[in-house]
Amino acid sequence: MAVCIAVIAKENYPLYIRSVPTQNELKFHYTVHTSLDVVEEKISAVGKSLGDQRELYLGLLYPTEDYKMFRKLHNSFTDVMCNPFHNPGDPIQSKAFDGIVSGMMVQTG
Amino acid sequence: MADESLFDFLHMEIVSHVYKEQQNSKGEMDNKDRAVCVSVLESMGFRVGQGLIERLTRDSPSFKDELDVMKFVCKDFWTKVFRRQVDNLRTNHQGTYVLQDNKFSLLTQLSSGKQYLDQAPKYLAFSCGIVRGALSNLGMDSVVTAEVSVMPSCKFQVVIQKL
Repeated sequence: MAVCIAVIAKENYPLYIRSVPTQNELKFHYTVHTSLDVVEEKISAVGKSLGDQRELYLGLLYPTEDYKMFRKLHNSFTDVMCNPFHNPGDPIQSKAFDGIVSGMMVQTG
Repeated sequence: MADESLFDFLHMEIVSHVYKEQQNSKGEMDNKDRAVCVSVLESMGFRVGQGLIERLTRDSPSFKDELDVMKFVCKDFWTKVFRRQVDNLRTNHQGTYVLQDNKFSLLTQLSSGKQYLDQAPKYLAFSCGIVRGALSNLGMDSVVTAEVSVMPSCKFQVVIQKL
């Protein structure tokens, strides 16, 4: 279960960001930005190795059950990209995407 | 299978529609109008390429380098989109690639020689856009142009833009 989900565009701005509103949201946004640095580190490391470590999902923190979550997220992101009414680079406004993300967030209240 | 022709026919109509629209507003076409039509078709292809590549690379591992990406475009991507692989890929290893397809699926119905050669560029603009869109969502900015000397063989030139 996720506490915060963010989709970042390749120009490093958020296309979509949502967190469980009970806690300190700013802290989550900050974590998202710092995790970008870790992602970049991992990507440059992969480029240097002999190409066997070619995971799409870089498995940052808890790589066990999160594969399923990432896969679902990636699939719904692909669906958003294929929607002709969505302009790549715009914030994501799809209700279907929202639905999938709510399904993955921690249930509170 | 009739579904292969579906896109071919739709594409022909798209090209014809774009040119007709441009002509209606003026009466006769000059070079600027032709350029507008080509860029409309190319930008349609661009958006389609972006969506297509997201779907097609969903399950594939990340690419090692530029050449790896171009090989993917020539094999898997070309197969899914144009139903065949690129026949020849050449590069100068400095960001320029030439993809040669000897039986380009959108040109086969036009002619098999030099007839209608002047009309060919209209039917290549959309495909250039598809390639540019695909590369763009893989992180590579490029300029894609196409040339034909004998139908239905054509060459796509991809120049990767470095920052």
